[in-house]
Amino acid sequence: MAVVDTSAVDARAAQITEPSPGALLRRRIFGHAGLMIGVTVLAVIFLMALLAPWISPHDPFDQILDRKLIPPIWTDSPKATWVHPLGTDQLGRDYLSRLFWGARISLLIGFAAMLISGVIGTTIGVLAGYFGGKVDMVANFIITTRLSMPVVLVALAVVSMIGSSLTVVIWVLGLLIWDRFAVVMRSATMQVRNLDFVAAAQALGCSTPRIILTEILPNVANHLIVVATIEMAHAILLEAALSFLGLGVQPPEPSWGLMISEAKGLMFFDAWLIAIPGTALFLLVLSINLMGDGVRDVTAPDGRS
Amino acid sequence: MVSYVLKRLGIAVLVAVTVSLITFSMIYLSGDPAVALAGETATEEDIEQIRRYYGYDRPILVQYADWLFRAVQGDFGQSHYLKKPVGDVIFERLPTTMMLGLCALIFALTLSIPLGVLAAIRPNSLIDRVALTIAVVGQAMPSFWFALTMMLWFGIYWRLLPITGSASWANFVMPSIALGYYITPGVMRLTRAGMMEVLSADYIRTARAKGLRPITVLFKHALRNAIIPVVSLAAVQFGFMLGGSIVIETIFAINGLGFLAWESIQRADLPMMQAIVLVLSIFYIVLTFLADMLNAWLDPRIRVA
Repeated sequence: MAVVDTSAVDARAAQITEPSPGALLRRRIFGHAGLMIGVTVLAVIFLMALLAPWISPHDPFDQILDRKLIPPIWTDSPKATWVHPLGTDQLGRDYLSRLFWGARISLLIGFAAMLISGVIGTTIGVLAGYFGGKVDMVANFIITTRLSMPVVLVALAVVSMIGSSLTVVIWVLGLLIWDRFAVVMRSATMQVRNLDFVAAAQALGCSTPRIILTEILPNVANHLIVVATIEMAHAILLEAALSFLGLGVQPPEPSWGLMISEAKGLMFFDAWLIAIPGTALFLLVLSINLMGDGVRDVTAPDGRS
Repeated sequence: MVSYVLKRLGIAVLVAVTVSLITFSMIYLSGDPAVALAGETATEEDIEQIRRYYGYDRPILVQYADWLFRAVQGDFGQSHYLKKPVGDVIFERLPTTMMLGLCALIFALTLSIPLGVLAAIRPNSLIDRVALTIAVVGQAMPSFWFALTMMLWFGIYWRLLPITGSASWANFVMPSIALGYYITPGVMRLTRAGMMEVLSADYIRTARAKGLRPITVLFKHALRNAIIPVVSLAAVQFGFMLGGSIVIETIFAINGLGFLAWESIQRADLPMMQAIVLVLSIFYIVLTFLADMLNAWLDPRIRVA
């Protein structure tokens, strides 16, 4: 019987270490195609918004009337020129510059409305989920009441009555779309609140605010991020719809929804006028949604596939 | 069951009253409604007369009680602009919006349920990926832009469908798609998740082991159980669609409730706006109540919880 010396194999096996949790997370993040695409597109749009004053070829408000309705460069039109790569609108304003500046409005409104609704919804949801009982009943009642009011209609009515501006749009949307935050945070908190580490913190005598802030919130943060992306996308689409109906961002501001609205009378002749801002809007919302889906997949404890 | 129904009914009524209070106080957002109505050139006497004529000189609570008492009886007051009873105008326009909502719902369900089922039978297959792509793309497309793009292709380039109006069934094709596609992702995801869960249940294995035809197992055993949450989601989404039809009706000039709401907002017709918001909210409350009842009836576990 031959004695097999396995020591060399054992030594090598000992060198193979388990990848650290951090490395596994990185691998999941970079292996997730949707997340990578979403983050990349969003980063490009964010840079467009951030650098708009420096990369815009023209002033977005500058009207040059003898240069109106120049088609974009990919059309066969003899009028198309590299001076205006995406052409100009019906008032002779450079479309590319307006697109860059419009990214600012969409991102600003989406982010600010998401922050406001996030604070309201998370507060309601976490309190309802943590305390349960009467608090939960009241919270549920508030959520149901909010859900039964039609968002677009109420937003339009309110904006028409108090007058439209960027701030008004942000606040009206922020005060209207917190429902998903509340619903998701409520159920996530309910799950976390009965776990042992919360009981341990209570036994140690931690104050309730401390438990909520340091024990509950970090453990529901992944759900929070996912809802935040959904609501930011939602707010951007709502702003575009309000501006399209003339009750959102006001002219001459270059909101993408407003650009579509201003061009809709001409769209049967110059379809690119609505195709360009519409595509931009679509890509922005798509990238935010892809990012949210990606974060959900990557942080899901079991779904590490 | 009876106590469950009564409890739900009580909450629904309470929510309806709260919504009516919010809707009523909405007209005070612009400050004094009499001043807003009188216009810029009105004298102090004109404003006083308007205030007395519409009863704005009474205490707010009295006005609210009076308004609610009449609204319950179907009397929403006179339209400031049309000089007709608000209730009559609303019930004249309501069937068009209902029709549009129903068509949109049918479109959404016939697209999303088969796709969801197919995706669940073969997870990660080509059809699953196609379904997922439709869901992701659908959620990112601004509905008004999608509507305009459809108009351009089906109405102008291919001349297949009429662009505006509500005269024949052909007028409802594009609006129904534009309104319905937005809810397809949610319904499809829920169908897929429900089917996947049900298909892995023991009774499906038993049914297959008995030698039943796969089609029978799929439709008689699996889909029947997986469809329950989809039905209640569809009911809730129908309520959302009625509220969201304002954008679609405005684009396609469909003479329904949404278009009426849009006109009323433009004309600052306060009683009309109040009544539309209230009617749509009540509609949503009734739908969610019915969905709850349906769920409780189909799934006895809900009744005791």
